[in-house]
Amino acid sequence: MKDPIIQLKGLTKCYGSLKAVDDLNLDIHKGEIFGLLGPNGAGKTTTILMMLGLTDPTSGTATVCGHNATNNPIAVKKKVGYMPDSLGFYDGMTALENLIYIGRLNGLPEKEIKTSATEMMEVVGLTNDMHKKTATYSRGMKQRLGLADVLIKRPDVIVLDEPTLGIDPSGIKDFLILIKRLSKQQGLTVLLSSHHLHHVQQVCDRVGIFVNGKLLAQGNIDTLSGNLFGKDGYVTSITVQQTIEQPWPFETELKLREGMNQITLHENRIDFACSHDMTPAIVRFFVEKGYDILEVHKKDYGLDDIYEKYFENNLMENTHEKSTDFFERSFFKTGKK
Amino acid sequence: MKSQPISLKDLSLKQAKSNQSPEKAVSEGPFNVIVRKEIADHIRSWRFIVLIGLIVLTFIASMYVALGNIKSSVGNTDDPDHVFLYLKLLTTTDNSIPPFHIFLSFLAPLLGISLGFDAINSEQNNGTLIRLMAQPVYRDNLLLAKFVSALVIVSTLFAALALLMIGGGMLLTGVRMEPQELLRILSFITMSITYVAFWLSLSILMSIKFKQAATSALTAIGIWLFFTVFYQIIVNLVIRSFLPNPTFLSQHEIMAYNELVLNILRIAPNQLYTDATTTLLMPSVRSLGPITMEQMASAIPSPLPFKESVMIVWPQVSGLIAATVVCFALSYYLFMRREIRS
Repeated sequence: MKDPIIQLKGLTKCYGSLKAVDDLNLDIHKGEIFGLLGPNGAGKTTTILMMLGLTDPTSGTATVCGHNATNNPIAVKKKVGYMPDSLGFYDGMTALENLIYIGRLNGLPEKEIKTSATEMMEVVGLTNDMHKKTATYSRGMKQRLGLADVLIKRPDVIVLDEPTLGIDPSGIKDFLILIKRLSKQQGLTVLLSSHHLHHVQQVCDRVGIFVNGKLLAQGNIDTLSGNLFGKDGYVTSITVQQTIEQPWPFETELKLREGMNQITLHENRIDFACSHDMTPAIVRFFVEKGYDILEVHKKDYGLDDIYEKYFENNLMENTHEKSTDFFERSFFKTGKK
Repeated sequence: MKSQPISLKDLSLKQAKSNQSPEKAVSEGPFNVIVRKEIADHIRSWRFIVLIGLIVLTFIASMYVALGNIKSSVGNTDDPDHVFLYLKLLTTTDNSIPPFHIFLSFLAPLLGISLGFDAINSEQNNGTLIRLMAQPVYRDNLLLAKFVSALVIVSTLFAALALLMIGGGMLLTGVRMEPQELLRILSFITMSITYVAFWLSLSILMSIKFKQAATSALTAIGIWLFFTVFYQIIVNLVIRSFLPNPTFLSQHEIMAYNELVLNILRIAPNQLYTDATTTLLMPSVRSLGPITMEQMASAIPSPLPFKESVMIVWPQVSGLIAATVVCFALSYYLFMRREIRS
């Protein structure tokens, strides 16, 4: 296993009595796109700030690219490009000038700076607008300029805080594709924070769900849904034209199959809960028995469901203080199954 | 967007190339980059243009009045300073308007405050501060760059005015300049720059302390008004309330009280500045406190050499520098470990 490029150990940040980030442990490996997912005020931005040394952790360490972010922020900032959630540019300067300024601050050689800034503008698709003042830029354009701004220093890691905030849907798609492509082509590690699960689902290799300063779960989307909905496993429901007679004669036969957990009969629909994906076998079985299949639906747990499930618990937590423990217990129980 | 893959390929090639080349190290540090950008910003800003206009107008007005009265004041042989034509240009007036150095003691704080009051908080409110801080730049570099860039501009402005005055005076009068005069004028300029520096560092401190630019500007102006208008009144009130009846005091005790009042007044930076510039521009001023008759007994009313004048104002200069440093240290303290959020 490679060494993680971002390693957070027991990271904690308190504001007075409020724990914004609570004992966070997280490893992110090189070349990964990691999505930090959580509602507003979950501590995502605070975590990112601590990783960049922009705020000091109360306890714990953040190691980025082999440097301690608290003691040696400059070394970290050389390697990490950070795009904050609310981007600001110097309004009196053109986009290109803004970009060149950042390039200079990063010590790029003066000869190359202009060409590389122009290239970056091309990469993010702002070539036609690069001589306009940033005051005239729309939100989406600013976001792209922000990405150019992050890329011009040629970082190893890019950290994007709510990058999809305030862009229209097609803009978001372009933006996410761009990020994904950049990550694949240059081997960039990307850390992306968002409360918008769909966006995260589109690009991230792994996600971490972050609620009230705690990382509740991490892994790729399959693992997460496996963890959370483990008891149901894979659910396939088949709708047929004929009405299914109750009790169904084939029920016992199917139940004997390896991995079949539960069969639920409806009027003309049957739900199969299996421990692994048995959809093809079930369909074949139905065809052989001469049923006319109208619809086969494999229930897929997207981030949506995952998210909702966690937030339900989060809401409960807000009403009943004690339920944190309850939630954690229930979560880990389902995880084990 | 369509040509992305190609352009990215070039990019990564260039990256590899630039990493190999040894001359990459030859690029200026972030400090210089920030200073350059800040100076450019200041010069283009309306605020600075207005201030420059104000100071140039003041300068022209006081020069005009001084030139009108220069003949009588240089011809006045009772005045030991009458030989210093160029110093007279800066200090002579017919009482219609104050001389330039008094004017400057009002305008310099305004200049310093207006150049610094939104140094940090406006960047924070615009969201540029966090972007800047995400670059490999030390935080103190940013503070220092803000301070230095404003100071460079002020120094250039003051030096240009002084040289204009000297050049214009030479053209108009044709009088040769004493080396001492040049030294005195230059040290007057340095003193003024130090004075602006104090207000600048105070206003930068305010800009770190307060999130709103308007609050920080008002607070800085409030401090300035307090020292120029109310401080003397308050000191007088307080001293008078516990000062014993002077008729029962010996002369020495009166002197001691006088000295005390003066020293308390000297906490005000504008007092320090006025003391210092008066001494520098009027060579016959030989003490800033009261002088007894014995001390004056055999003194010849002649101008002091430059070195002696500097010796007199040295405490003032160090006081101003110390106040500047204190403000700056506080700024560092507040800013270095602060969390930056947009």
